[in-house]
Amino acid sequence: MAKAGEKSGGSGNKGLKRKAATEERQEAAVAEHGTTESGVQPSKAAAFPPGFSVSEIKNKQRRHLMFSRWKQQQRKEKLAAKKKLKKEREALGDKAPPKPIPKTIDNQRVYDETIVDPNDEEVAYDEATDEFASYFNRQTSPKILITTSDRPHGRTVRLCEQLSTVIPNSHVYYRRGLALKKIIPQCISRDFTDLIVINEDRKIPNGLILSHLPNGPTAHFKMSSVHLRKEIKRRGKDPTEHIPEIILNNFTTRLGHSVGRMFASLFPHNPQFIGRQVATFHNQRDYIFFRFHRYIFKSEKKVGIQELGPRFTLKLRSLQKGTFDSKYGEYEWVHKPREMDTSRRKFHL
Amino acid sequence: MQSDDVIWDTLGNKQFCSFKIRTKTQSFCRNEYSLTGLCNRSSCPLANSQYATIKEEKGQCYLYMKVIERAAFPRRLWERVRLHKNYEKALEQIDENLIYWPRFIRHKCKQRFTKITQYLIRIRKLTLKRQRKLVPLSKKVERREKRREEKALIAAQLDNAIEKELLERLKQDTYGDIYNFPIHAFDKALEQQEADSGSSDAEEKDDEEDKEDVGKREFVEDDEVDESDISDFEDMDKLDASGDEDEDDKSSSEEEEKAVDTKYKGKAPLKGPLRRKKAYVEIEYELETEPEAKAKTT
Repeated sequence: MAKAGEKSGGSGNKGLKRKAATEERQEAAVAEHGTTESGVQPSKAAAFPPGFSVSEIKNKQRRHLMFSRWKQQQRKEKLAAKKKLKKEREALGDKAPPKPIPKTIDNQRVYDETIVDPNDEEVAYDEATDEFASYFNRQTSPKILITTSDRPHGRTVRLCEQLSTVIPNSHVYYRRGLALKKIIPQCISRDFTDLIVINEDRKIPNGLILSHLPNGPTAHFKMSSVHLRKEIKRRGKDPTEHIPEIILNNFTTRLGHSVGRMFASLFPHNPQFIGRQVATFHNQRDYIFFRFHRYIFKSEKKVGIQELGPRFTLKLRSLQKGTFDSKYGEYEWVHKPREMDTSRRKFHL
Repeated sequence: MQSDDVIWDTLGNKQFCSFKIRTKTQSFCRNEYSLTGLCNRSSCPLANSQYATIKEEKGQCYLYMKVIERAAFPRRLWERVRLHKNYEKALEQIDENLIYWPRFIRHKCKQRFTKITQYLIRIRKLTLKRQRKLVPLSKKVERREKRREEKALIAAQLDNAIEKELLERLKQDTYGDIYNFPIHAFDKALEQQEADSGSSDAEEKDDEEDKEDVGKREFVEDDEVDESDISDFEDMDKLDASGDEDEDDKSSSEEEEKAVDTKYKGKAPLKGPLRRKKAYVEIEYELETEPEAKAKTT
């Protein structure tokens, strides 16, 4: 009797199907069978034995149907709850309690004891005596050498060229099979302050080694999402020779501080504001996003920015104390994926 | 009794030889003692009872020879001579050991020896240069990092962050005189003024209010008094604010604010309240920049 109204298969008419009975619903209330209600809450029809779940239905189509119906019901309830909450808020007006702040990964970040306090004296003292002190005291001005790994392909070469327009006082030299260990003493003798090596794999650049030269730290980054100038949409004209400003965002921990200082020491100290160009290194969840923009102040509360220049993302892989030496170097920090990537809310930079 | 032709007839051509590898165009010989590596009648080590090869072990080259007299003694079959490290001397050694041997084997031995020395030299050169170290990537880790990067990019909201930072810098006055946005400077200076003369103003205003309530009720705002006094007192803003008379006090203190107005590119509101009065004295203001005065400030 319960099966009388049953329609199996792909009929899309929900009303009829609601009336149809399955083997589980044989014990259900008999009243539903005769009704012609349509578009009513399916919960009225449900009087299943306790402990029943949709996943126990053996028939796939029926199970799918029941599940989608359940989902719709959930969504409706959620929407209704939201509306009710909104109405209550409006009714209260000003007295309404403040909206709860949603939890984000950045909010929930695991507390890192190496986060630098702005007033920390020890950090200030360290920074006054580290390798970048001479730069920050305006004693040295940066001179950068940009090179690649062996036999670079087109993309890498173009990226090097574009980088050299972004970073003032930088020179690009081709690496013709020379060993880095031999290049470095030559650079030091010619007064270079920094060395950038762009590593390439399968015709795309994928790594960046930034080495501060007179025995400074060496940072090794993994580079991803490289966009050359012509691949950037809505970009402005090529950057001029003016010295850009720098923005360093979110470098909070000690490690982040040292990396931030490394980036800052790439650019000369005296940004030319007439040029209205700004290079940004923004750290978010251990990924450093590099962007190069031209800005214009439309009013005192509004600024427009236009992206020039290449863009790429860096992820720090290791920080080494001396200049580049992969075998015998002393590593200050190495990224170990199995230990450090376990928690989604723990960041190091 | 070993007959080369019979061996070649069976193994080489017709039946199965386990060292033979056939491809579409050629067949090769996998035998370790093979001189050329191809499968022919003259270079098959099984089908030639008098045979010689060059083999290299750990950078040392050896000349191996086999003669028919030792065919019955498999253990002593191959005679080994270590060749000299010097290329020419080694060639002479080969010649002297393989004297009276067939031309083909002698020639091929020397060729093989040359090839081996060449690749040994290359190995030595390459080990001195830097080797490219291949690091294996784990697909899972790569996928995970890519996804996290995308999420981080969305969370970063780069454009907003950069704009905010630039506006901060504008507020902090790092750009100096390049951008002159009037409201900005005016607000700052006004805040400064209020902070300085905040307390004194408050006291004076209390006194004024008491007296005003007693006397007149017309006065609504402080500006009123300025219209007659401002031209006279324009230069007095620098002098002490507390004068002898109350009116002077009032006017000078208020006039300070007005002087601030005129200094910072005068504001239209000056004219507004003045216009409300019924009778007033026409006063000429000196505004520093005319166009700015017309600008909407609020």
